[in-house]
Amino acid sequence: MKRKLMAVVVSAALAAGMSVAQAQEGKLSDDVVKIGVLTDMSGVYADYGGPGAVAAAKMAVADFGGKMFGKEIQVVSADHQNKPDIAKNVTLQWFDRDKVDMTVENLNSGVALAVSALGKEKNKITIINGAASARLTNEDCAPATSIHYLMDTIALGNVVGKAIVKDGGDSWFFLTADYAFGHSLEKDTGDVVKAAGGKVLGAVRHPLTTEDFSSFLLQAQSSGAKIIGLANAGANTVNSIKSAAEFGITKKQSLAALLMLITDVDAVGLKTAQGLYVTEGWYWDMNAETRAWATKYEAVMKKKPNSNHASVYSATLHYLNAVKAAGTDDTAAVMKKMREMPINDMFAKGGKVREDGRMVHDMYLFQVKSPAESKAPWDYYKLKGTVKGDDAFQSLANSRCPAFKKV
Amino acid sequence: MTEIFGVPIQAFMGQLTIGLVNGAFYAMLSLGLAVIFGMLNIVNFAHGALYMVGAMVSWMLLKYAGINYWFALILAPIVVGLLGAIIERTMLRWLYQLDHLYGLLLTFGLALIIEGLFREAYGSSGAPYDAPDIFRGVFDLGFMFLPKYRAWVVLASAVVCLATWFVIEKTRLGAYLRAGTENPKLVQAFGINVPLLVTLTYAFGVGLAGLAGVLAAPIYQVSALMGSNIIIVVFAVVVIGGMGSIMGSILTGLALGIIEGLTKVFYPEASSTVVFIIMAIVLLIRPAGLFGREK
Repeated sequence: MKRKLMAVVVSAALAAGMSVAQAQEGKLSDDVVKIGVLTDMSGVYADYGGPGAVAAAKMAVADFGGKMFGKEIQVVSADHQNKPDIAKNVTLQWFDRDKVDMTVENLNSGVALAVSALGKEKNKITIINGAASARLTNEDCAPATSIHYLMDTIALGNVVGKAIVKDGGDSWFFLTADYAFGHSLEKDTGDVVKAAGGKVLGAVRHPLTTEDFSSFLLQAQSSGAKIIGLANAGANTVNSIKSAAEFGITKKQSLAALLMLITDVDAVGLKTAQGLYVTEGWYWDMNAETRAWATKYEAVMKKKPNSNHASVYSATLHYLNAVKAAGTDDTAAVMKKMREMPINDMFAKGGKVREDGRMVHDMYLFQVKSPAESKAPWDYYKLKGTVKGDDAFQSLANSRCPAFKKV
Repeated sequence: MTEIFGVPIQAFMGQLTIGLVNGAFYAMLSLGLAVIFGMLNIVNFAHGALYMVGAMVSWMLLKYAGINYWFALILAPIVVGLLGAIIERTMLRWLYQLDHLYGLLLTFGLALIIEGLFREAYGSSGAPYDAPDIFRGVFDLGFMFLPKYRAWVVLASAVVCLATWFVIEKTRLGAYLRAGTENPKLVQAFGINVPLLVTLTYAFGVGLAGLAGVLAAPIYQVSALMGSNIIIVVFAVVVIGGMGSIMGSILTGLALGIIEGLTKVFYPEASSTVVFIIMAIVLLIRPAGLFGREK
């Protein structure tokens, strides 16, 4: 074991030395730019990220030209099975043995927190796409190495919460997934509702493995709240929406799905999902650029991408551009470039990586179309409003990130 | 307003009704398991996966062949039953002489494979499946709105459960079955084809799971993972009712559905655990289960 370790260390050192000697336009730490896509390949979030996220990262590499300073850019991927310990092991192996320079996607808040902490310890870049917990840029921030790219619980609550209270939905009851993510989504949205002059009448917390939501929905119904906020995700949200429609709850009260992507809308079907408000950072049918990218993605994956897939593409491309601009894959230099360079691609316009690691970009409020309004497969959203990045995300002044406060 | 334990009586009645609906599913699934265990001595871990296949088949029938719910209600259980017959003939057959553990491991492996195949083909988020139009809308029970479809589920499962109980406990065919498992050699000597009887029993047991799958399809999301959550609860139901006891599994299924429903009101966080707490208590007091007989 010790000998093996020595061999690895020596060869890594040799490789590093050689790359310095060989480098022509830029310096690469171990002669390769290698990107690790860590995601749920087979579980409940496999459609949310999964193989589509890996495809998106590969598309970014291909669009970049496939090579960095004359060397092939490599993409590896792994299934974390939604288990933080597995995620940690894989990432550790990637960083220590497999010469991975950066990991992207990292969905599931539990996984994201573990990976981001590891990146901080090992001084490697971790980009979080699919996970939503705002702790990633607050209590558990790692601004020197980690970027939270797509959205977070604060932005989700901000966009949809404000819009609904303004529309007259001023009394809320939450249906909350009973774990860290659900709790912070409930709290963050509740704060927004109260700040906007609304009331939170109560909440019921359901276990993550719940299949039947009718009991919980009856409780939400008897609360008399105008809005039932679904502080859950994936299959839980899908089943909540179906039961609410079945029990006729949506006739008098409205649902607000706080975290729902287009792939979930597809799973519920328009007949049941119509009229729902959804907050997303991106939609494939916004303009010519997004449509062109979605067509390319569809050729590979046989379905349209969601905002998470698009953000993985954007994050990967932004990273590669930063490495090129910095002329090295050194973590600090690349992070500096990533913060300096604005993000202008099909995912975001004028996006910026803030000092606390938050990628700030515009967020959108959509309403799900009715089956009659939908003209084609995946034609699901009507744009109801655009919220400027600085209004959607938490302001730097409110940041609870200790590392950032010290700076 | 009148209250029970601090909960308005209307809400209380609503939760009881919903518990009954869920109990109907538990009853139908645990019934199949109990039949298979009682007759074949196999702990059928593939039950949840076959329930999922039932739902998936009815969805596929609609999507690819335009075959509606009513035909799916007949066709899907037959497809699942045939699949079960193949599994029994080619695999389970070799395990009857061995320890329970082998059957458990084999069926568990099968469950993983079946779920993996469907997930690979259709992804993890699943697809919607609509109930027939005559079930649209709700009954106003005064204390709650009961969706018509859920009322139908309770009715259908009650009929199926009672019919199964009647066939096994009260008819000649059922008598052959019970005798065949008690002493296969003797029954065979009377000219009865015991291996065929066993195959049919397994096919029937998993067919029930398939039927439950079709009934569940319009309520839950039809997805590759739908069986893996419910199967654990159903096993607990069977253990509480007493392995192999037909009536026991039906009654326990309904009762636990109701208890689970009430837990969702009084202490929602524990709603996924309450069944297992009851299981632990029952095992301590009556290891053979509430309706089981000690051997």
